[in-house]
Amino acid sequence: MRIKDEYMINLIAKGERMDDRKLDEYRKIIIEKDVVYKADGSAKVCIGDTQVLAGVKMSVGAPFPDKPNEGVLIVNAEFSPLASPEFETGPPKEDAIELARVVDRGIRESGAIDTEKLCITEGEKVWIINLDIHTLNHSGNLIDASALAAIQALLCTKIPEYDGEKINYEKKIKSLPVRFKPVVVSVAKIADKLVVDPTLEEERVMGTKLIIATKDNGNICALQKMGSEPLDMNEIETAFKIALEKGKILRKLLS
Amino acid sequence: MVDRKNNRKPDELRPLVIKVGVIKEADGSALVSLGKTTAIAAVYGPRTMFPRHMQISDRAVLKTYYNMIPFSTEERVKPGPSRRSQEISKVTRHALEPAIFLEEFPKSIIEVFIDIIEADAGTRTAGINAASVALADAGIPMRDLVAAVAGGKIENQYVLDLEGKEEDITQCDLPVAYMPRLDKITLLQMDGDMSPEDIKNIINLAIKGCKIIYEKQKEALREKWRIK
Amino acid sequence: MAKLLRREREVVLPGEKIIESMDYIPGKNCFREDKAIISKKVGIVSVQGRVISVIPLSGVYVPRVGDMVIGEVIDIQTNGWVLDINSVHEAYLPLFGITRFIDITKTDLSSVYGIGDTLYTKISHISGSSIYLTMHDPRAKKFRRGMILKMSSAKVPRLIGRGGSMINIIKEKTGCKISVGQNGILWVDGENVKLVKRVIDTIEKEPHAEGLTEKISKMLDEEIKKKSESDKDGG
Repeated sequence: MRIKDEYMINLIAKGERMDDRKLDEYRKIIIEKDVVYKADGSAKVCIGDTQVLAGVKMSVGAPFPDKPNEGVLIVNAEFSPLASPEFETGPPKEDAIELARVVDRGIRESGAIDTEKLCITEGEKVWIINLDIHTLNHSGNLIDASALAAIQALLCTKIPEYDGEKINYEKKIKSLPVRFKPVVVSVAKIADKLVVDPTLEEERVMGTKLIIATKDNGNICALQKMGSEPLDMNEIETAFKIALEKGKILRKLLS
Repeated sequence: MVDRKNNRKPDELRPLVIKVGVIKEADGSALVSLGKTTAIAAVYGPRTMFPRHMQISDRAVLKTYYNMIPFSTEERVKPGPSRRSQEISKVTRHALEPAIFLEEFPKSIIEVFIDIIEADAGTRTAGINAASVALADAGIPMRDLVAAVAGGKIENQYVLDLEGKEEDITQCDLPVAYMPRLDKITLLQMDGDMSPEDIKNIINLAIKGCKIIYEKQKEALREKWRIK
Repeated sequence: MAKLLRREREVVLPGEKIIESMDYIPGKNCFREDKAIISKKVGIVSVQGRVISVIPLSGVYVPRVGDMVIGEVIDIQTNGWVLDINSVHEAYLPLFGITRFIDITKTDLSSVYGIGDTLYTKISHISGSSIYLTMHDPRAKKFRRGMILKMSSAKVPRLIGRGGSMINIIKEKTGCKISVGQNGILWVDGENVKLVKRVIDTIEKEPHAEGLTEKISKMLDEEIKKKSESDKDGG
């Protein structure tokens, strides 16, 4: 093993981290709303040095055939090559696709958006919520930052005026109907310890990560295990507890 | 007299913001805002160029990628390269190349990524301004910085730094990139139908604007290293 | 005697004139254009005799023969090892560059140095963009434990200080063993690795500040005091 990896693992085994945080502590979180004025809703989240932008553009289109009176949510994530020497240009690769789908599930399964209120003409026209996540700097834990930016962008999204034919983006009519605030907490397993908000270096030595989306009422609305090391029930239950507790703290930062 | 938003004079730039070192992971980076147009540039390199058959034996290859994020415009932009973004990537590369001592890094590649975060006209010039500062921030040896801005003509008046709706009513859109110390133009494009005299005058106006931006670029680079 | 347009210790930018005079010659990171000497990078002006140079504040590590660097083995080939030395190109440690005698028909090279191993090694020669390393130096070794830290290679001279003044203070006060690679990679072993990291972060932010060595020395004294007080209280 690389000596650096060994050092990091031993440190965490002792309950310590390079930046002196506790194992269940987040780096400094900064959330900015409405950062991109042409978006219908947007947010920038910084967790430590990790920076992610999320933006919403509303459009009108056909509903899904099995949900003729509900609006549609589409989540896309781009790992911009700006953000890391590891990211390349080109269409999203599996990590970006997984991130987008996990963030999507957290929002969708929680019922955060009241999609029935987004129906214009049943079976024909509904509002489409295009939520795009754009990474700016990858210093670890992109998922938590992305999910937080996503829900914050949705919370400040305003629906533009629609006259039946054209959307007038310059006139905003009302807020997007958002009922809940799902947040994502990633819990990484390193050296048999559970660690929250891993840095880039910590992500390199982690065996596996459990991504847990939680809802305002204490329910879990999405789960994803990432990585090849196995987990036992004890670890999973402890991770749930951590995610619910930390989720509450993250949720309080939203407005 | 042409009526501009916020009472802007014909030869006045929009409010200009330049920040250096905004992307921690990059070797160099900068954010440039001209009014409501915002570009972020990140530089990675020089590093070995792969595949090897694309290496140039006596100098570095410069690659630039211009990209608009989906929510930067009124209508959502589909992610991925378009013909427009590929063309802009190319002219941006040609705008920056003359300023860089590429011969100091044989067989390597220097990559400049430009993301347009907000688009309100002048995105390619904002991108070039940000890229130039990002290259300097990355410690890449340069002959000079490159500044860029677009000029136009509205209602018989030459105007500097077209914004948003002005792009629809201007007689021409003329972006210029310029190296002030060398007094050399590195990017020149025009959409419009203009006399050569008009074009000369607009270029000179744009050069005036570039010189102002150039001072701001230098100020921003110095600000990063100011002892606080 | 021409006057410097930019004072020493002042930050100079690419394309800026440092001096207008034929009495001086351009050294590192600057170039001559007509009568002027101009900076190529963001850096600090340095005048040594008739040579004007710019000490850059950032930039990739450019290998020089004789430099000790810290590199990681990323590939093993038939006659040597390829190392990432945090520069533009990779470097090569050939078989004859190691101090042990190996019979390559019988030995697997990975048993000497494997992928992921971190070595303190010397640049022996450079040919175009090919960089060759050697372990034939009393300081050269393979690290077996400890932590690797990274900093901007442009600021390594500041970390070392004149005659080693800065690095010696850091080693002494933190009690850590430290090996410095000219390529910006450092090896640290001891109880106060995190403290060393904080010192490096401070130097990175203001390498050109006056009295930096003093400031770092004071910072270390305070931190060590804080640490021993908290240890006394049961930590």
